[in-house]
Amino acid sequence: MKYRYLPMTEQDKREMMDAIGISSIDDLFSDIPEEVRFKGKLQISEALSEPELVSYFQSLAQKNVNFTTHVNFLGAGVYQHYIPSVVNHMLLRGEFFTAYTPYQPEISQGELQAIFEYQTMVCELTGMEVANSSMYDGATSLAEAAMMAAGHTGRKKVIVSRAVHPEARSVLGTYAYGQGVELTEVGYDSQGLTDTAALEAALDEGTAAVIVQYPNFLGNVEDLAAIEQIVHAKGALLIVSANPLALGILEAPGKLGADIVVGDMQPFGIPASFGGPHCGYFATSAKLMRKMPGRIVGQTKDEEGKRGFVLTLQAREQHIRREKATSNICSNQALLALASAITLSALGKQGVQEMAMMNLQKAHYAKQALQAKGISATFAAPFFNEFAINIGKPVADVNNKLLAKGFIGGYDLGLAYPELAGHMLIAVTELRTKQEIDALATELEAITRG
Amino acid sequence: MANHTNKKEKALIFELSKPGRVGYNLPELDVPETDVASLLPKHLIRETPAELPEVSELQVVRHYTELSRRNHGVDNGFYPLGSCTMKYNPKINEDVARYPGFAQTHPYQPAETVQGVLEVMYNLQRDLAEITGMDAVTLQPAAGAAGEWTGLMMIRAYHESRGEKNRTKVIVPNSAHGTNPASATIAGLETVTIPSDERGLVNIEALREAVGPDTAALMLTNPNTLGLFEEDIVEMAKIVHEAGGLLYYDGANANAILGIARPGDMGFDVVHLNLHKTFTGPHGGGGPGAGPVGVKKILEPFLPAPIVAKKEDGTYYWDTDRPHSIGRVKGYHGNFGILLRAYSYIRTMGAEGLLQVSQYAVLNANYMMRRLAGAYHLPYDRVCKHEFVLSGVKQKKLGVRTLDIAKRLLDFGYHPPTIYFPLIVDECLMIEPTETETKETLDEFIDAMLQIARECEETPEIVQEAPHTTVVKRLDEATAARKPILRYQPE
Repeated sequence: MKYRYLPMTEQDKREMMDAIGISSIDDLFSDIPEEVRFKGKLQISEALSEPELVSYFQSLAQKNVNFTTHVNFLGAGVYQHYIPSVVNHMLLRGEFFTAYTPYQPEISQGELQAIFEYQTMVCELTGMEVANSSMYDGATSLAEAAMMAAGHTGRKKVIVSRAVHPEARSVLGTYAYGQGVELTEVGYDSQGLTDTAALEAALDEGTAAVIVQYPNFLGNVEDLAAIEQIVHAKGALLIVSANPLALGILEAPGKLGADIVVGDMQPFGIPASFGGPHCGYFATSAKLMRKMPGRIVGQTKDEEGKRGFVLTLQAREQHIRREKATSNICSNQALLALASAITLSALGKQGVQEMAMMNLQKAHYAKQALQAKGISATFAAPFFNEFAINIGKPVADVNNKLLAKGFIGGYDLGLAYPELAGHMLIAVTELRTKQEIDALATELEAITRG
Repeated sequence: MANHTNKKEKALIFELSKPGRVGYNLPELDVPETDVASLLPKHLIRETPAELPEVSELQVVRHYTELSRRNHGVDNGFYPLGSCTMKYNPKINEDVARYPGFAQTHPYQPAETVQGVLEVMYNLQRDLAEITGMDAVTLQPAAGAAGEWTGLMMIRAYHESRGEKNRTKVIVPNSAHGTNPASATIAGLETVTIPSDERGLVNIEALREAVGPDTAALMLTNPNTLGLFEEDIVEMAKIVHEAGGLLYYDGANANAILGIARPGDMGFDVVHLNLHKTFTGPHGGGGPGAGPVGVKKILEPFLPAPIVAKKEDGTYYWDTDRPHSIGRVKGYHGNFGILLRAYSYIRTMGAEGLLQVSQYAVLNANYMMRRLAGAYHLPYDRVCKHEFVLSGVKQKKLGVRTLDIAKRLLDFGYHPPTIYFPLIVDECLMIEPTETETKETLDEFIDAMLQIARECEETPEIVQEAPHTTVVKRLDEATAARKPILRYQPE
């Protein structure tokens, strides 16, 4: 077997062993006690040549239904969007792709500047003053925001709306258990919006933060202005998890009084890729800047007065603070942040608005088209590109039938909300055509009547 | 790289913007347009658009191409950044990750429609369990630190399930990565730091004194961050286990032991691997990572849910029935794209190839260590594993700091080693060559290091004033932190 990633020749080996003064590579492992030396051969998948590898993975890939084989109406936090071709081309440049964390700024100015630009874009979209260089994903970013709020306020209770993504709430639960933060959930009302009366009742002087999603997991656009008043009246922080594309048309959470805005940049230039890698974003106010987790890029000058960029405010981070750190994040999602920044450069000021508008319009058309076929919407609240419908049948069965007709159907809300069994969450992005939407409506009508 | 790069200030993408330019085009809206004011409440409609750049497609391409030329990756040249395993990132893995059958799949698709995806995950779980000597694996954690925290949360859940809530202390050697104590803290546990001895290994007497009825775990990197194998590991495992604690293996340095020794056989109960290091997930400018965690049987009930399982008929499914699970640690199913690349790498290398990876990584490191010892102080003169540390104390006496040496290496077109870590070595340089570099590259780097050592004696100012060839000179980090500018503001 030849290994194309291993350049060692027999001659190299001999010369190096001579220089070290050993007669066998095994001598280099003499410090590993005999009893823990692995004696056999690892029983793992066998090695494949490059052509064999290609056919093997192609055959595995072909087993999967995907957005190129079926028309996709599934969203629920992960969306199929237009990705300009330039994104992949730029992303694959090895100088970005094979670099690591920019510890040596003089030879990492490209990455550092790109992240500085990314931070600026996140600030612009969210209406916040500062942003970090990325988090693992929207769910962990939300959980870190809650932990930061608890740390900052010295309060131990965090309230989260049930209309926040179920998986984000689940991840939050794990973080909260770890750090002794108490979680309280408040429900949603008949509109599919966070129940503000329940929220008011749950809030007290011990509440560190309230977390809502914008638009929420059910697709509905929360009234952040009203929620902000309730939250700040008790001195708690408002954490908003926002779909960044929706912010092309929805008022920026920062303008509406949010203290921390988090979410996932996946809608901008990041393939669904079975749920990861995506890119959590994290933005907050200048006041809370030094409490923010993760790496941050700052602008500075070099010895000659030239503009340059460095990793900054590192005194917050785990490698300096160790057990006193408030977050342990080290590796982040830099490459995906770059993908989003390139996408946002290509889409630009106009493109983000136009794409958001297309999502809004097409989703509203879809809702009407479905209603025209007798399929009712679950909620009447304003929404962006996703809405719930009542199909009155087990969603898994309906989705199986849709699959046979060439569609990936919507998310089965009953999985996370037992009271919404028989309801499906439909996502309509700019990539869905009128024809596809009409065809879905026709199929769903036939299936639900059948 | 420096000589063909423009040394002028590079404009920000925002500074290239001109109203009216676009770098995209979307199809015409094919549905009837409704007035937005009738769809959304007025106060929730955005008033001022986000100030994003307005540039053409070619401007985007030139901008990011220029930025890339101001960056150094493994594809540019040698990158011996210790503890980061900066090995080659195979191009074929990028092709595989982009197959629509993987990249264009949704995490909420029914399991029957993504059998190929689940097969990849199942096989990877199985192979990583075999490589580490563990019984079960979760692929959910997004990176190494996330894996550490996941493992510690499981350890905590294990002790709590046995009614031992008082086991809250995590013992960490003073050579450990900063993430270890930080992960312990966010898992709600406390760190006890123990010293290393004159060999650079854990002081076994200190360990014996540190363990007790409050011990949750010992967290260990092996080989440790000095690149040295903890040869007392069997005794250490016995001490910790007899005290009722568990052993956590930080897999940051797993590149040294593939097919040679397995954490499970050393007595570890939990292990995380950094797939973006040992298993070639792209380094990506600092991420994405993937930090799968393997556990022994006793911890299996606590794994994050769900995990991929296989039915007797050969189909794959999500095992969600895990009542003792610590819960989710990340959205969806982990960084699948990185898991896929890691599996593609394992399939390229196989058992024999992975063994050679570690053998050559270790041979390369020992060769470099031997050739550089003398010119630089070697604080621990013993066989190393995949990396080693030198100290710049000799050069410090000449007025040259390790930071200066690192900056001088930039002039030779190298990324410097990790510096000032681990904290226990003065003026530390931590060098990890990896197995994917040729002997010629190692020799050239060694020559550069030897030349710099001579410069420290003969013309120290050349080193002290380095770098000389990069697009910027040394940057003012103090002002950056004191008066932070974290975003672009138009004039």
